[in-house]
Amino acid sequence: MSQVTMTVNGKEMSGDAEGRTLLSQFLRDTLGLTGTHVGCDTSQCGACVVHVNGQPVKSCTMLAMEAEGADVATIEGQAAPDGTLNTIQQAFQDHHGLQCGFCTPGMVMSAAALLKENPKPSEAEIRDYLEGNICRCTGYHNIVKAILAASGQDVGSIAAE
Amino acid sequence: MYEFEFVKPGSVADAVTALGEEDAQVLGGGQTLIPTLKQRLASPGKLVSLAGIAEMQGVSTDDAGRICVGGGTVHADVAANAGGYPALAGLAGNIGDPAVRARGTIGGSLANNDPSACYPAAALASGASIVTNAREIAADDYFQGMFTTALDEGEIITEVKFPVPEAANYQKFEQPASRFALVGVFVAKYADGVRVAVTGASQEGVFRWRAAEAALSADFSADAVPEAPAADGMISDLHGTAAYRAHLVAVLTRRAVAACG
Repeated sequence: MSQVTMTVNGKEMSGDAEGRTLLSQFLRDTLGLTGTHVGCDTSQCGACVVHVNGQPVKSCTMLAMEAEGADVATIEGQAAPDGTLNTIQQAFQDHHGLQCGFCTPGMVMSAAALLKENPKPSEAEIRDYLEGNICRCTGYHNIVKAILAASGQDVGSIAAE
Repeated sequence: MYEFEFVKPGSVADAVTALGEEDAQVLGGGQTLIPTLKQRLASPGKLVSLAGIAEMQGVSTDDAGRICVGGGTVHADVAANAGGYPALAGLAGNIGDPAVRARGTIGGSLANNDPSACYPAAALASGASIVTNAREIAADDYFQGMFTTALDEGEIITEVKFPVPEAANYQKFEQPASRFALVGVFVAKYADGVRVAVTGASQEGVFRWRAAEAALSADFSADAVPEAPAADGMISDLHGTAAYRAHLVAVLTRRAVAACG
């Protein structure tokens, strides 16, 4: 065991980790930030996506020690301290971008990464970017709509399929 | 995962020293190795991360005009910064998904030499030089079969140098679940001839399709691409038969040449 320190949602946090401790385990079990979900644990599903130094990563496929000193953002840091949802979260609620909600933390974090890189993505670009995020309720359509809406674009043009 | 010690040296020299220990293993971006460790298919005593080595990061151009990519450079950075070789940047930008591209490295991909990985096709078709802590290896000598390379134990890929072709294109037929190449074909046209590298198809890993190279060097047009190569030795699995993969090799080569314009 050794101590790992990183900045999580703007606050410096430390905890013990083994070499094999995954970032997802460290966030959930050590720091108690259980908003990051572990779906497949094989880097397929994207429920565990967090940002490390501004980049989206699958936290189940990164070691906690690899994030030593890094700036980590998780779903817990997305809403305002008073609980007010951010633009993307609000759009997910408005457009019913979730059913069971299990994939939602990863979807929101991937969406945030996309909109930072590409503030006005097309529908096709959104679908392409979400390639590594799987929703088992098959809710993609409303997720795409929510992200389009969060980018300030008209969602009326997307026909239900 | 079995327990291991994790170290993150700050220089190539320190990494080489750490890798000299028994049961030490290199960690690039971990996008293949960490899933492998989870399945307990590997049990290194020590993992040596290359992510802290600044000299192995980034994309630059050398005096000979080659695009030089540091071995620790992640796919997203190659996609964003290798604009001098658009086919290479495009290939990097279509590996896996965005989160995988933010972690996976060119050195890790080439060292692993997965038979369905994208980068081996780019390196082989470009006649790239694989630079290690000890030497420089020509791509033609580097790839030695599925998951097998010319690298020695503990040898680190520090840089990959790509001569920039006159025209090039990579066509990837994605296996939709894994997003690896079911078959991928990289065509690169240089002044002294055309090179065609195929990934995903052969049981021997990435290979050059010499018949297509000869035909395209004489006539660089989609119509000049030969009939599909023999299916003998092609991968056959639940995603596609050997014959199907052989067929795709020719189809994707034609598409790649056509896309070169």
